[in-house]
Amino acid sequence: MKGLTATAAMGKRVRGRALVAKDGFSARYDLDRIKGVFSRPDHKLAGQSYVGRVLVLDAAKGGVATAWMLHEMGARGVVPAALVLNTVNPIMVQGAALADFTMMSGFSVDITAAVPNGAMVEVDAESDPPCLRILEEC
Amino acid sequence: MRLTAEEQAMLAGEAGPVRQWAIEHQIRVGGYLGAADFVPVSQAHIMADTESLGGAGVGWLEQLAAHPADHRQVRIPTITDPRGTDFGAAARLKQQPWMLDLERRAIAAFQAMGVLMTDTCINYQTIMPAVRNEHMAYGDTGVAIYCNSVLGARSNFEGGPSALAAGLTGRTPRYGYHLDAQRRATVKLRVTHTPRDLADWGALGALIGRHAGDYWQVPAVIGIDRVPGSDELKHFGAAMASYGSVALFHLDGITPEAERLADVADPALPLRASIGEAELRALQRSFAGRVDKIDVVVFSAPQLSLLELRELAGLLDGRRVTVPVLAVTSPQVKPDADRMGLTARIEASGAMLLSGMCFYQSYAREMAEANGWQALATNSAKLANILGGYGYRPALLSMADCVAAACRGRIGR
Repeated sequence: MKGLTATAAMGKRVRGRALVAKDGFSARYDLDRIKGVFSRPDHKLAGQSYVGRVLVLDAAKGGVATAWMLHEMGARGVVPAALVLNTVNPIMVQGAALADFTMMSGFSVDITAAVPNGAMVEVDAESDPPCLRILEEC
Repeated sequence: MRLTAEEQAMLAGEAGPVRQWAIEHQIRVGGYLGAADFVPVSQAHIMADTESLGGAGVGWLEQLAAHPADHRQVRIPTITDPRGTDFGAAARLKQQPWMLDLERRAIAAFQAMGVLMTDTCINYQTIMPAVRNEHMAYGDTGVAIYCNSVLGARSNFEGGPSALAAGLTGRTPRYGYHLDAQRRATVKLRVTHTPRDLADWGALGALIGRHAGDYWQVPAVIGIDRVPGSDELKHFGAAMASYGSVALFHLDGITPEAERLADVADPALPLRASIGEAELRALQRSFAGRVDKIDVVVFSAPQLSLLELRELAGLLDGRRVTVPVLAVTSPQVKPDADRMGLTARIEASGAMLLSGMCFYQSYAREMAEANGWQALATNSAKLANILGGYGYRPALLSMADCVAAACRGRIGR
């Protein structure tokens, strides 16, 4: 089992299959939140379902809407299990705080290169320091 | 975070449960982002369209608004970003009654909390411009980047919940662009072609945003050969924030903190790239190459100023559009446009002038499906960036070329 420590995290400890891409994240810009898929045509995960997955992406992008949208997605159950980013912006943090959503960021390596797509991972936001564990590679 | 006695009292619930939620939320955010303490803010600006909120978010607001008046009222002037509709035009846009019901419920909740429903993303042009070094809690990326960069104010991107929390507590966690150290340039870029058109300013902002890459990067731009106007910097900043999540830029010799480049940038900061006209045209081609026939033309994101409406009216005079044309402005500008005859000139062409909404915040996906809209022309680089994910095929054109496309139904004059 491989562990990767982060500088910051919030939310509960969760497990799920990683969905990984060296690309950004914005709920407004990138998602069809009704269908639960990435809908931005030039996003590297276009067409793929994010529901229940641990999203491992590069940087938070776009506008302020994600601060509300994580809460709205959670209420309908069409939501990722967690969001893991190299770099956050305040909007992601604010959205995760409102929705009590699990998020982690700030690694010593490029997290999108360190986590294999499809791997079973545990996002432990409750440990000190926060830690992402690769439980099983696909 | 270090808390004052007043902040500790709010956290303990002594100012009621609404303010207790607000400061708990702010402490979670501030703790994540390394804030040492709070900074008082003089204004908050809330983005809260109901497509983002959904029924869950509106219900959450209503729960806050149901508390006693002295517990739920904001403590500082708190204003709003565009709403999800122009109620007077909703039927023509084929928006559904459930959308309007959600909007009405959200408005009622905000009003119960003492929020001023300004419904604008150009408050720096129409409501009250920030003052240099004034700390704010701005909830629209275009507002935050303009006020940080052009006016020298200090704000992070404050999403709806956090802007509301700032309104309720009168403060925000002190991190990011409230701090001197974060306002130093981290990326240096040279511009070799100063744009002359609003769409080009947006395209330039988009390219700089892509170079910057994330929220914590601060571009310093050299080579702009004249002082841009407010609308030009509006499109420039809105696009930079949209493409790069950037919240602050400096223009050498132009923006207030960069009277000299050395004031904001280390002399050793390397030049990352040069951006010229070829790069601007390539960005525009990356959109327009996918589009020929046009279904709808939209001028929005940011809302149009009076001067943009004047330009649009001039381009539409004596012409008739053959596809829907939506121009969107603020509730503050619209009465002036009415009074000065601009609305009548624009609508005489068959175009619609909408107020208090913004296209992408107004159930853009549902409007596309209801109206059969896919191919969209706009002069907003920000709008072009957003709408791909909503199922549109956007083309980024000048305002004049958008009008020509609206009259012919396809791109090309």
